[in-house]
Amino acid sequence: MSAASSPAFSFSRIFAMVMRHWYLLRSSWPRLLELIYWPLVQMIMWGFLQSFMAKQTGALAVAAGTFLAAVLLWDILFRGQLGFSFSFLEEMWSRNLANLMISPLRPIEFVLSMITMSLIRLIIGVVPVTFLAMFFFGFNFWGLGIALAAFFANLLLTSWAIGLLCAGLVLRNGLGAEGLTWSIMFLFLPLTCVYYPVAILPAWLQPISWALPPTSVFEGMRALVLEHTFRADLMLWAFGLNVIWISLAGWGFLKLMHSSKQIGSLMSVGE
Amino acid sequence: MNVNVSPPAIEADRLTKRYGDAVAVDAISFSIQAGSVTGLLGGNGAGKTTTIGMIMSLVAPTSGRVSVLGYDMARDAYRVLHRMNFESPYVDLPHRLTVRQNLSVFGRLYSVANVPERIERLAADLDLKSFIDRQSGKLSAGQKTRVALAKALINEPDILILDEPTASLDPDTADWIRSHLERYRATNNATILLASHNMGEVERLCDRVLMMKRGKIVDDDAPEKLIARYGRQNLEEVFLDIARGTGAAKKEAAE
Repeated sequence: MSAASSPAFSFSRIFAMVMRHWYLLRSSWPRLLELIYWPLVQMIMWGFLQSFMAKQTGALAVAAGTFLAAVLLWDILFRGQLGFSFSFLEEMWSRNLANLMISPLRPIEFVLSMITMSLIRLIIGVVPVTFLAMFFFGFNFWGLGIALAAFFANLLLTSWAIGLLCAGLVLRNGLGAEGLTWSIMFLFLPLTCVYYPVAILPAWLQPISWALPPTSVFEGMRALVLEHTFRADLMLWAFGLNVIWISLAGWGFLKLMHSSKQIGSLMSVGE
Repeated sequence: MNVNVSPPAIEADRLTKRYGDAVAVDAISFSIQAGSVTGLLGGNGAGKTTTIGMIMSLVAPTSGRVSVLGYDMARDAYRVLHRMNFESPYVDLPHRLTVRQNLSVFGRLYSVANVPERIERLAADLDLKSFIDRQSGKLSAGQKTRVALAKALINEPDILILDEPTASLDPDTADWIRSHLERYRATNNATILLASHNMGEVERLCDRVLMMKRGKIVDDDAPEKLIARYGRQNLEEVFLDIARGTGAAKKEAAE
């Protein structure tokens, strides 16, 4: 028998979990199609709207120039969270969670595997759409240059923080909380000012908006596209917030996991 | 004198679980020696599943403690989880993954030294070869049980916890599974904790039976001794005596 000790951290266990989800993706074309379907639909719709508004004159035409960048960045945020949450929900749907929870897989390894899968899903779903945006609408997303890396990193960190919190809530409350996973990000759509500047919001709402890391990213994107200025201050602010958000989400996830052991919900996953 | 005393394989000390006002497990204490097969019996709601959950650290005790191979499961579960495994018809493996893929994933999770070789060995032992590359969700109930058992044995556990391992299986497949468990225990000196409603299975496999009712252990002995003490023909009759509350009278009469 395997009396040898089990390492406290193992890349092999993370790799095992990534393989588990990769096998699943590979075996299911609807899952692969779903990854690219919605980003593509969004890109086409906003691309046409941007083309139409660009033909107008004045401020509207200028603002329209940011729509495609905004929708693609929004998809990074939204798809990043969904990619993370999907990997967790797959374990609930397949009633496999108890198998994992009694294995030597540590919570941090479980989370890192979901982060890896979130990246893989994002690459499959969003990267091809950025090239299609170039082909159909002449919009070069990659032309955002080095700033794109800062936008990308900050949006992903936020998406993982929210995904982690959603996973904890589903772990604690069962699949009854699954709906939250799908809808929670839409709360961020108006508050993070994806398509309009923060200044549009009422004064009392603006501090709340600035406390959300993606707000700085979308403001930074508008500054880059409209004024050709990279706002490093905004990126640093977003990163600082993300560190707080990730820390709180990790703490919340562990608390919710502990609570699920208290109420025995791990023995009845799926209900 | 240097005496090397091994800790019990599983030990519960006044282990209690309450859900609000409901007491699921009520201050039970027991000790299971390494290499034994112990049956955990009781009607629905007796507290078997909650007890198993606490042993595997899926459920946190309200009070008391449970240790496995000397490690407190509330504090040190990760020091011993790699030496345990679990099988239950109520827990599945991912349906779209093939049997080989599932076993490969769990082999890596348990840091098994040579995963492909271990899978080949299990496939031979548990007769999985004909469907090892088929999706797990497309297997028959008997095939699924054999695969679940293969997953539970992937790390050659010292402690094997089985929750109704032969539920809904035909007698031939169930017998086949029992024979394999007997061989595994004999070969590996493994400790097996078995929750089952199949009394014949318990009589055949178990050295000892813990009878649970309303969260308490109401009797604890070898199957044949229980049968003799209750003056019954088989364990099923003993179970019914205990479940229906006629057990005390019968036991006293027998004694």
